[in-house]
Amino acid sequence: MSALTMTAVRETASDEASLSAQAKARFKRYKQLVLLGQIAIFLVIVVGWQVSALTGFIDPFFFGSPWGICVRLFTWARDGTAYGSFWLQIWVTLEESILGFIVGVTSGVFFGVLLGEVPYLAEVVGPYIKIVNALPRIVLGSIFVMWLGLGLPSKVLLAAVLVFFVVFFNAFQGVRSVDRNLISNARILGASRLQVVRHVVFPSAMTWIIASLHVALGFSIIGAIVGEFLGSQRGLGLVIATAQNTFDANGVFGAMLVIGALALSAEWLMSKVEKRLLAWQPGNTRDSNIQGV
Amino acid sequence: MTPRSEGLGGVELVNVTKRFVTPTGAAMTAIRDINLTVEPGQFCAIVGPTGCGKSTTLTLAAGLEMPSAGTVKVSGKLVDGITKGASFVFQTDALLPWKPVVDNVALGPLFKGVAKKESLAKAMDWLQTVGLSGFEHHYPHQLSGGMRKRVSLAAALINNPSILLMDEPFSALDVQTRAIMANELLTLWDRQRPSVIFVTHDLEEAIGLADKVVVITAGPGTVKAVFDIDLPRPRGAVQDIRFDKRFLELYQQIWGALREEVEQTYSRSAIAAKAIGGRG
Repeated sequence: MSALTMTAVRETASDEASLSAQAKARFKRYKQLVLLGQIAIFLVIVVGWQVSALTGFIDPFFFGSPWGICVRLFTWARDGTAYGSFWLQIWVTLEESILGFIVGVTSGVFFGVLLGEVPYLAEVVGPYIKIVNALPRIVLGSIFVMWLGLGLPSKVLLAAVLVFFVVFFNAFQGVRSVDRNLISNARILGASRLQVVRHVVFPSAMTWIIASLHVALGFSIIGAIVGEFLGSQRGLGLVIATAQNTFDANGVFGAMLVIGALALSAEWLMSKVEKRLLAWQPGNTRDSNIQGV
Repeated sequence: MTPRSEGLGGVELVNVTKRFVTPTGAAMTAIRDINLTVEPGQFCAIVGPTGCGKSTTLTLAAGLEMPSAGTVKVSGKLVDGITKGASFVFQTDALLPWKPVVDNVALGPLFKGVAKKESLAKAMDWLQTVGLSGFEHHYPHQLSGGMRKRVSLAAALINNPSILLMDEPFSALDVQTRAIMANELLTLWDRQRPSVIFVTHDLEEAIGLADKVVVITAGPGTVKAVFDIDLPRPRGAVQDIRFDKRFLELYQQIWGALREEVEQTYSRSAIAAKAIGGRG
C-alpha cells in the first residue's frame, strides 16, 4: 500500500513540476510579446515621423524630425550653447531640482507632521494653506524671479513650493491616519510625546510621504524648468525658451528629450529608494510575483 | 488596615461614570456608576454585551481616559495620567509593522530609558519565553495570528507590569489557537502574577481563565453581578476544564445573568436597524 502511495505522490510531483515549467515558459513568452509590442510602437512613431518629415507630409520646420533632433543634440553636446556648454545647462537644472526637492520635502514633512500632531494649529492655519494651495503656484515663479533675481535661488524656491504642498498634505494625512492603538500602546509602555512621534507617528506617516515623493520629484523638475523659462541665464528651461524664440523645433524637442531622460532616471532612482524604505511592507513582494499566468 | 486593593497592581473603581462628547456636542454615556475591585494578583474577567463599555473600563484603568465622575485607583494611587506599571494587550496587535519582532518587544524598556543593547537582549529572552526563538528578525506580517499574539504578550510583559489590561486579546484568533493562547497566558501570568483585567465576549474563556467574572449590563454599562470562580488552580488545559461539573454550574449561573443583557442589546440594535431601514 505504501508503494502505491509513493507512486501516487511522485506522479503529482512530476505533474506539478511540468505544470510549473509550462507556466514559466508561458510567462516568458508573454514578456517577450510585451517587449515586442513596445518596440513596435517606438518604431512606428519614430519611423513614421521621420518618413512624414522627409516626404513633406508634415513640415519639418514646425515639427522637426527624429534625425534633426539627433543632429541638434549632437551639435549641442559638441559645440555647446550660446550660454555655456550643454552639460552645464543640464547640471544647472539638475542642481535646482535637487535643491528644490530637498527643501520642499524637508519643510513639507516637518510642517505636515507638526500640524498633524497639533490639531489646534491645523485648524487655525488650515484655511490659509488651502488658499495658497488653490493659487496656480506656477505664477509665483514670476514673483520669485523678481525677488530673488535670475540666479539659482528663485528656481529652487519655485521647485520647493511645488514640492512642499504635495509632501505636506501627504505627511499631514499620514499623521492623522496613524492607528490610535499603536499610539495608546506606546504611551502605556511609557513613551514620551517625542518618542511617540519618533517611533510611531513618523514611521507610520512615512508610507504616505514616500507615496508623495514620486509626484514631488516630477514637480521639482517642472519647478526648476518653469523658473528658468520665466527668467534665467542658464538651464534647460532657457535652452527651450531660446529654441522657441528662434523657431528651432528640433531644439525644443531635443531639450524635451533630455528632460524626459532626466525625469525617468530620477524616477528609477526613486523606486529603488522606495523599495529600500518600504522593505517591511507585506505587499512589496507583489512586484516580483508572476503576473498574467 | 489598608484594603487589599491598595496593594501593588490592585484596582479600585468607585462610582465611575464615563461620558463621551461627540464632535457635534451630543453627550453619550458609556458606563455609569461602576464599582469594581481587583485585588493584587487577581485575574478578573469582564463580560458583557457588545457596546456596554467594557473597553472603556480598561482605558480608564490604563489612564488613557479620565472618568467623568467617580474615582479610579490603581495600586492605591489615583489615576491622573498614564497608569504606571500597566501594560495593555489589544484585540488587534499593536505591533509596529515596520519594526522586526525583537525591536517591537524591546520598545517597553527602551521607552523607559534602558540602553538599546540591553533592551534588545531582554527582548530576545522574552521571545524565547513565549516560544518564538528564531523569529526575532521577522516582521510582524510574516508571522501567524497566534505568533503575533505571543509577540504582543512578550511586549506587554517585558516591563514587568503589576497590572495587565487585555481587551478581547484572543477574539481575532481561530478557536484552536485561542485555546492554546489561553493556556499560554495562564502560564505566563503565573510567573509574574500581575493582576489582570481581561475583557471578553466569550464566557467559556472568562470562566476558564479568571478568579472572578464581572457581568456588565447593556449600555450604558454598570456592574450587574460578580461571580467568584472557585475552580482550583492550576487549571490545566482550558479545553478540558469546560467539562468539569463545577465549570458547567458556574457557566449556567453566569449565562443566566448575561443572557438578559445580551437579549436587550440585540433587540435594541434590531429596533435601530428597523428605524434606519424604514427611513430608507
